[in-house]
Amino acid sequence: MSHSRLGSALHALGLLIVLAVALFPFYWMVTSSLKDQTELLASPPHWLFVPTLANYEDIFADTKVTTAVLNSLIVASSTTVLSILLGTPAAYALARFEFRGKADLWFWFISNRMISPIVLALPVYLLSRQVGLLNTHAVLVLIYLTFNLPIVVWICTDQFRSIPRDLEQSARLEGANQFDIFWRIYLPLGLPGVAVSAIFAFIFSWNELLYALVLITSQGLKTAPVVATNFMSGYELPWGKIMATGTVIVLPVTVFALLVSRHMVRGLTMGATK
Amino acid sequence: MTATAVDPEAKPAPSASPRHHPGYGRWTPFLFLAPAVLALLAIGIYPTIFAVVTSFRRYNITRRADQLDGFPFVGLDNYLSVLRDQSFWDSLLLTGKFYLTVVPLQIVLGLLIALMLHKPGWGFLRAITRVSLVVPLATTYAVVGLIGRLIFNRDFGVANQFMDWLGIASSDWLGNPTGAFVAIVVMDVWQWTPFVALIFLAGLSMVPVEIEEAARLETKSHWALLRHVQLPYMLPGLTAVLILRSADVLKLFDMVFVMTRGGPGAATDLISIYVQRTGFKVFDLGVASAQAILLLVLTIVLSRIYIRIFYREIE
Repeated sequence: MSHSRLGSALHALGLLIVLAVALFPFYWMVTSSLKDQTELLASPPHWLFVPTLANYEDIFADTKVTTAVLNSLIVASSTTVLSILLGTPAAYALARFEFRGKADLWFWFISNRMISPIVLALPVYLLSRQVGLLNTHAVLVLIYLTFNLPIVVWICTDQFRSIPRDLEQSARLEGANQFDIFWRIYLPLGLPGVAVSAIFAFIFSWNELLYALVLITSQGLKTAPVVATNFMSGYELPWGKIMATGTVIVLPVTVFALLVSRHMVRGLTMGATK
Repeated sequence: MTATAVDPEAKPAPSASPRHHPGYGRWTPFLFLAPAVLALLAIGIYPTIFAVVTSFRRYNITRRADQLDGFPFVGLDNYLSVLRDQSFWDSLLLTGKFYLTVVPLQIVLGLLIALMLHKPGWGFLRAITRVSLVVPLATTYAVVGLIGRLIFNRDFGVANQFMDWLGIASSDWLGNPTGAFVAIVVMDVWQWTPFVALIFLAGLSMVPVEIEEAARLETKSHWALLRHVQLPYMLPGLTAVLILRSADVLKLFDMVFVMTRGGPGAATDLISIYVQRTGFKVFDLGVASAQAILLLVLTIVLSRIYIRIFYREIE
């Protein structure tokens, strides 16, 4: 009996450790954003301090950060909408039609997730320089499709497959064509999957750094992660502002992710566990 | 609407599709697929072909001579110089070393966490711990790097405070090669262990309850239960972890770039950082393209090997 009580206590302790470690960096970022510069530079670090919102006042007074957040919002939502528009019809075709090479095509879509962004960043940089797309949000919106389309296609194919075919057949009897069926039956009924894949596309685009770093050089168009990392130059780093900016970037996606936490793993593994 | 429906038209035979309805032709699926396929061809395949072409040219956009010559073809010169370049191999080797360090750690810790989350008892604590695992996964990679720089700061970082509590001498983490490597390993393990844990947890929850209970009655050994009952259900997840983590490590850029820029020296110069520097700091785009193409080939070969193993497993 005492053995199992010990086991149970260890179980709780283990869980508490995992919880603490998982949340610690996030906690440290948020508390650091509430410290003034003297508190931040205290050595060893202070765990108890008088919080201040001065860093947030600073970054919101500075248009650099607010513009960057707005840019990120524009880019992430445009690419999300575009990937849903392009991805859901493809997912529908992969879920409901039989044709030669279907499995290969599906795999090709998914395998785009594997490609390292640095492989595409170089040629896209050169090509967009030639056609004048460098330093535009459009180039980011388009290049983000390379990782958003695979997510949308994967999650939505899965979702559309689970919709009973009976519904489609009765619609056919009433003379509906294939486009009506996609639009009126599959999209509405597959909405949970569409929404989850949209949230993923948004999170991944919101978090992206490499493409945003190399394809956008003019200050006014930079996205939030780029601006946050730009603070990391110079002699004395404004840690309070850096952590406040970090919090502003991370908080919305964390809330989003917690909302879809049940689907998070499914989306990240992209069918590899099936 | 069930199989007993009498109306013959209600269950069309697969071969006799009703062509007279609009949108039922042979080409219908291709209409649905075309936009996505064309988009991916334009933004994925076309630039890749362009990169191949560039990799055969001398293409330094900061050198006027190159531009006047219209970026002359140099054959395999770029590839040869990459293959002869010791620092390219060092960078690949370092990436391999990083993979072999983080992935075993993530698998062991992930398994432990999954078992704790699966074990009955402490329902509420288990639930919030499981949800908390989403936080590292959603944190912007660049911001993970920023947090890492603060935590591992030499003067006021909290990592040194922890070291102090444990009675270990504090150090200038990001200022020395070993410390910087350990620091990026810690941040990667923090960010990705939850992912591995959640995949294993999904595997554990697939074990049928009756089988698990019967096994628990028969043996008191956790090890036997794990090995003979639970592990088989976690194998597909393990394969997924190996595939996805290797792709992610080859892609890993944001967190390391922000934390160390590949330094000090070349201590954390992972392959993506290395190629990015050749391309966008040195502007030697011909060589950088050759590096990128070699990286792409490596990715494709690795994922093909994994897929082969993986598909054999599920068949």
